[in-house]
Amino acid sequence: MDAPALNYLNNGHGAASWLLTRDHKRIALLYLVSITVFFVIGGAFATLVRLELLTPAGDLMSSDTYNKMFTMHGVVMVFFFLIPSIPAVLGNFLIPIMIGAKDLAFPRINLLSWYIYILGGAFTLVAALSGGVDTGWTFYTPYSTAAANSHVMTAAIGIFITGFSSILTGLNFIVTIHRMRAPGMTWFRLPLFVWAHYATSLIMILGTPVIAITVLLVAAERALHLGIFDPALGGDPVLFQHLFWFYSHPAVYIMILPAMGVISEIVQAFSRKNIFGYSFIAFSSIAIAVIGFFVWGHHLFVAGQSTYAGLLFSILSFMVAIPSAIKVFNWTATIYKGSVQLDSPMLYAFGFLGLFTIGGLTGLFLGAMGLDIHVHDTYFVVAHFHYIMVGGAIMGYLGGLHYWWPKISGRLYSEPWAKFSALMVFVGFNLTFFPQFIAGYLGMPRRYHAYPPEFQVLNVLSSAGASILAVGYIIPIVYFGYSLLAGERSANDPWGARGLEWEIPSPPPTENFTVSPIVTHGTHQYEPSKEVGIA
Amino acid sequence: MGPPRATEPGPGAEPRLEMSTNLPLFPQQASSQAGQVDAIYFFMVAVTAFFGLLIATLIVIFSVKYRRRSDDEVGVAIHGSLALELLWTIIPFFIAMGMFAWGAKVFFDLYRVPAGAMEIFVVGKQWMWKVQHASGQREINELHVPIGRPVKLIMGSEDVLHSYYIPAFRVKADVIPGRYNTMWFKATRPGTYHLFCAEYCGTKHSGMIGSVIAMEPADYQAWLDGGKSEDTPAAAGERLFTSLACITCHSGDASGRGPALAGIYGHEVELQGGGKVVVDDAYLRESIVNPQAKLVNGFPPLMPTFQGMVSEEQLLQLIAYVKSLKGPAPGGAQPPGGPQSAPAPEKK
Repeated sequence: MDAPALNYLNNGHGAASWLLTRDHKRIALLYLVSITVFFVIGGAFATLVRLELLTPAGDLMSSDTYNKMFTMHGVVMVFFFLIPSIPAVLGNFLIPIMIGAKDLAFPRINLLSWYIYILGGAFTLVAALSGGVDTGWTFYTPYSTAAANSHVMTAAIGIFITGFSSILTGLNFIVTIHRMRAPGMTWFRLPLFVWAHYATSLIMILGTPVIAITVLLVAAERALHLGIFDPALGGDPVLFQHLFWFYSHPAVYIMILPAMGVISEIVQAFSRKNIFGYSFIAFSSIAIAVIGFFVWGHHLFVAGQSTYAGLLFSILSFMVAIPSAIKVFNWTATIYKGSVQLDSPMLYAFGFLGLFTIGGLTGLFLGAMGLDIHVHDTYFVVAHFHYIMVGGAIMGYLGGLHYWWPKISGRLYSEPWAKFSALMVFVGFNLTFFPQFIAGYLGMPRRYHAYPPEFQVLNVLSSAGASILAVGYIIPIVYFGYSLLAGERSANDPWGARGLEWEIPSPPPTENFTVSPIVTHGTHQYEPSKEVGIA
Repeated sequence: MGPPRATEPGPGAEPRLEMSTNLPLFPQQASSQAGQVDAIYFFMVAVTAFFGLLIATLIVIFSVKYRRRSDDEVGVAIHGSLALELLWTIIPFFIAMGMFAWGAKVFFDLYRVPAGAMEIFVVGKQWMWKVQHASGQREINELHVPIGRPVKLIMGSEDVLHSYYIPAFRVKADVIPGRYNTMWFKATRPGTYHLFCAEYCGTKHSGMIGSVIAMEPADYQAWLDGGKSEDTPAAAGERLFTSLACITCHSGDASGRGPALAGIYGHEVELQGGGKVVVDDAYLRESIVNPQAKLVNGFPPLMPTFQGMVSEEQLLQLIAYVKSLKGPAPGGAQPPGGPQSAPAPEKK
């Protein structure tokens, strides 16, 4: 099969045609390459952490170095991989196509947000190369403002800058989804991927300014000795925790909501069946975005927060779990009476369902105040949020990348290798992080360079799992690379899926649609319908 | 865990003898609260296992039963079911609310200190735990406590955030500079247990560990008696009260320029500009490091700050001294009467 004569990939050559592009699809690829670089860097830090923890004594590196390793791992993975991952790559590529538009509402701002991201990333890399940061990705005060001797300012500036990339992307998505839908693309015909990104964008533009302000206050205290958080200067260290988690808890939903959107699409495509409970899935995304803003205090149950405030945060944390449960049940019901094909994207989606269920339910352990006292700041928390961020968000990202890869690249990849790597990721992930639940309940605190010997077996299991997980992540880089160079050409719709993105050529032309589509029904309508298709 | 090694400080008390091949799955229960926390833990593990297995089973059954049999096969269009949506909204909601209520109840039990709890002062600093018992006995990175008796820890930090964590007791509380946090427990089984700092505090965070040694009351008494005699915190506080010249103004008689302190602890005082405050550890601490924050009504703002002049431990000793003063309060906090006419001479 031949690629369309002119598509977005061959429409313009040379560095300038990429670096100055306003095409949302090319910008998505710029993000794809840059977040992959950051993923590899963040993974290298994680590898060093897991190597150090093979033995109870801190013998591979100094304590200071170890502290920098887990800090840089967290900073890079959270701010430079997980938060931009699905929105900036898949969302950027697909949202205009899914709603029948030629581009995002603000193509130049879209390119600008990539440059801002790169600038922020450069600051963070400079911080890493010039000696690193050792505050933990949480930057808790007064350690970060008064005690730490590392490159806190450089890293903080990097995070501050990158936040604007996130804000601009969110703004672009919201305006695009409101204003650029094709005729007939009503709100309730939108693919659920788009709903999920709408909810995500709300959090991006409402939450991110708060982390920017918080980082500025940290900088003001550190550089100008303005007393904000440090009690020695008259400040309040717990205030920082409120401000930090006001953004950083919703930020978890920035990571997981887009993955949920991906899963909604994959489950429909590989069951050849429309979603069960469309409006419940759509509105549960909005509910998560809204309620998610009012649960931050569950990070402060042992920080001397008022007990009554704690009660409110606890009950709201349990409530935010309900929309997630609704989604899981609806996805499962969607498979019922489907035509199920276990291709690699579906394997990732099933992996997501299992791991997100465990990750979500173990979050309830932490929302239960009396139980949180024991497990707070232990490996139980580490295991929980990795089940959400790695088991949830990265499984969703990889599933989406496999699902839309033929559309993005115009080529197929090796399905047997993809299935194998999905299995490796699933097995490696569980072996890495399940033992950490046990270590956490036993009482092993997080961020420990050395630990008592009775935790060694669990840590060895965890490190062994991490090596399997690493292999599972490296294999796709290889076969996707091979696919780009020599993969078989893909048809417009290699999966037999339904949706606007599958009706246009692979890879799409620069303008996406040569004729503006008129939409007459929602996505993923597989049964021969009385309604006509897309005109 | 072996028998308590009552008087032996240092690394010998750490349980470092296990082979590193043992694989513990569950922590020891050594406090009156541990059982409560574990009960809710097991319930939540059961709920997680149930829903995890339910979803996994359904996925496997559906994937096999409805596997694609021909390339052009499509699924049956089913748009949803309100009854099912309500079912899987309402049931998880009630389970979640049950977990919330249970977790909150356990929290309150862990939070409310029983009357008559024995008070011990803890100061965290990079990277050690300093402890002083009411009898004056001090220790570092260890904590000796009797079993069967509620123990309340009053904790402050000299530098950054720390967190005092005893896994075998299922208790933890952040130790925060600039304020006091408290926690309590009742040890139930003699033994030596891990003490960890759970809040990241810099280079040697993972070295800020130690042991909690729970002892039979008689053994604990013997341990207290065996230590070299030191001033009680209250006695040390009394000396500070004189050496820092607090006594000049807080003289306790009508001529004092500051409120008399005898019997003031635990009572309400009226504040300048209206309002009242109960004199507790937090208020006394604030009144020493930031005296102008909440002035007792009728007294001029004369007192200088002692921030940076007294250490966290000395603060705790001063507070212990004020607590130990029995007296006629709350009347003691009354101003000397009349307008404050006398120009205030220099402090000291």
